Amino acid sequence: MSAFAEAVSDGRVVAWRNLKRIPRIPELAIFAILQSIMFVVLFAFVFGGAIPLPGGGSYKEYLMPGIYIQTLAFASITTAIGMADDMNKGLIDRFRSLPMARSAVLSGRTSADVVYNAGILVVLMLSGLVVGWRVHGTVADFALAILLMLMFTFAMAWIGVLLGLLVKTVENAQQLGFLVIFPLTFISSAFVPVATLPSVLKPIAEWNPVSALVSATRDLFGNPNPYPSGSWPGEHALPLSVAWIIGLLAVFAPLAVRRYRSIER
Amino acid sequence: MRVAPSESTAIRTPHPKVPGYVADVAAIETEGLVKVYRSGGDEVRALDGVDLDVQEGTVLGLLGPNGAGKTTTVRILATLLRADAGRATVAGLDVVRDAQAVRRVIGLSGQYAAVDENLTGRENLWMFGRLYRLSSPDARRRADDLLGRFGLEDAADRVAKTYSGGMRRRLDLAAALVGRPELLFLDEPTTGLDPRGRLGMWDVIRDQVREGTTLLLTTQYLEEADELADDIAVVDHGRIIARGTADELKAQVGGERIEVVVRHPDDLRRAVATLAPNGDGTCDRHTRRVTVAARGGAQELVEVVKRLGDASVEVDDVGLRRPTLDDVFLTLTGHVAEDGSTGEDDEDEPDEELAA
Repeated sequence: MSAFAEAVSDGRVVAWRNLKRIPRIPELAIFAILQSIMFVVLFAFVFGGAIPLPGGGSYKEYLMPGIYIQTLAFASITTAIGMADDMNKGLIDRFRSLPMARSAVLSGRTSADVVYNAGILVVLMLSGLVVGWRVHGTVADFALAILLMLMFTFAMAWIGVLLGLLVKTVENAQQLGFLVIFPLTFISSAFVPVATLPSVLKPIAEWNPVSALVSATRDLFGNPNPYPSGSWPGEHALPLSVAWIIGLLAVFAPLAVRRYRSIER
Repeated sequence: MRVAPSESTAIRTPHPKVPGYVADVAAIETEGLVKVYRSGGDEVRALDGVDLDVQEGTVLGLLGPNGAGKTTTVRILATLLRADAGRATVAGLDVVRDAQAVRRVIGLSGQYAAVDENLTGRENLWMFGRLYRLSSPDARRRADDLLGRFGLEDAADRVAKTYSGGMRRRLDLAAALVGRPELLFLDEPTTGLDPRGRLGMWDVIRDQVREGTTLLLTTQYLEEADELADDIAVVDHGRIIARGTADELKAQVGGERIEVVVRHPDDLRRAVATLAPNGDGTCDRHTRRVTVAARGGAQELVEVVKRLGDASVEVDDVGLRRPTLDDVFLTLTGHVAEDGSTGEDDEDEPDEELAA
């Protein structure tokens, strides 16, 4: 086997292991889904009435892509926790003492996370249909939106891996994760139109990768997506999303691998 | 920052006196290993010039208290940690330059069972087999074989979370053996196990050694090193302070001890006088305990009991006790084994370095 084929084979074994665990720790998936549904209820029924959309349209249709992207972003905290847990339990040491590919522990984890989050996404979309979210775009657009979301979750998983490798405890992984992911998702167009934000936050929200992803998927699903006219990021959400995904991967995957190689405890 | 090679003179270890010892086949060789942990402004020299050699097919016990440097040594040899100075070879391979080749010939089982607790025993072993590049059917056969040998067949399809401490350790050891290693590192394989679990571990370790695997074992228990190792290296503050067979060490320490606990503190002086002919001993007023060497074994104990009776010393307890790690340390260093000088063997590890 070539080195690359070996790395792929090892990565598949590690991915298998990570997927095998999911039904055995069902509370992880259940809490992820419940948390998202809580946000749906909170925004669709509690705050939603007070959030008028410029140009009209259904707030619930506006909201759901925000919920999807938010959930996928938060999933990187789960990744970080899993990684920190593997470190603390000595499993990473075991892997590092094996003649396996150095990249496999990370690539196996991040690719398993894509599969796992695809499952979560299906459940959320079904919940979305229940509260009144609808897809108006073409099948090709729909497929592209899904692909975009899965690529985003892959990029976010690499951030999670890096966070998990940097902290010492599972608790720290959770805290650091929230510290990074909470502002990322809330200072964005996920829940409220960017136009309503104070001018200090507006540029941050406009260029935020979460906003880019949310806008791009809203457009592809045919959901309402109001943005200030003349806003470059608003008008180019799809290419901006792709650029963000590539950029995040290009920065965080090498950082995570570098961190993994230099683990010394 | 790298630390300059140790200026301190490392104690050269004598040649191992092992039956059937074959010259020049060193399975493990280290020279002047130094490892310094930095945490905040503090520096802890976990290893301060460790020289070791282990011949193929033999068992070396690294004996020492928590924080002596045992785990650090194992981690360097298992390619998990880089020494700041010195060099180490395993099966003739440099642990830094040929790290990946070293990983192919070693098996490591640590003090914290490193198996996936959400996978079953069988799944764990299959996974490690696959990562050693066995084919899927081969990995399955290897898993079945190991589960049988380690008495885990009945638990094979339960997740490891549900295993007892002893079963987890056996699974962990099985995982270390999946790749049929020439060389096995066991870091405190029985720490935290109950007596039954400990005996079970000893059995499986002995079986493995009988098959010719070279073993480096760390332990805090003289008894364990005695049971399993051909040769013992005593570690203290990151240095090897003694090396020899269990018998040689025990001879140095003075073999078994007679321990007497008197009922009345006032009798201590008389008890010491009664035991004086047996040689120097220790006397602890707080626990009312007098300890002396027992060169004559059980017969000497009988005589001591008789003499105590003649002297009308009332005793709460009297018995023959094997030397412990504390006795070894007392003899070799003049102080008892101190726990956790670096903390590297327990949970509060020093801050890891953000190595560039």
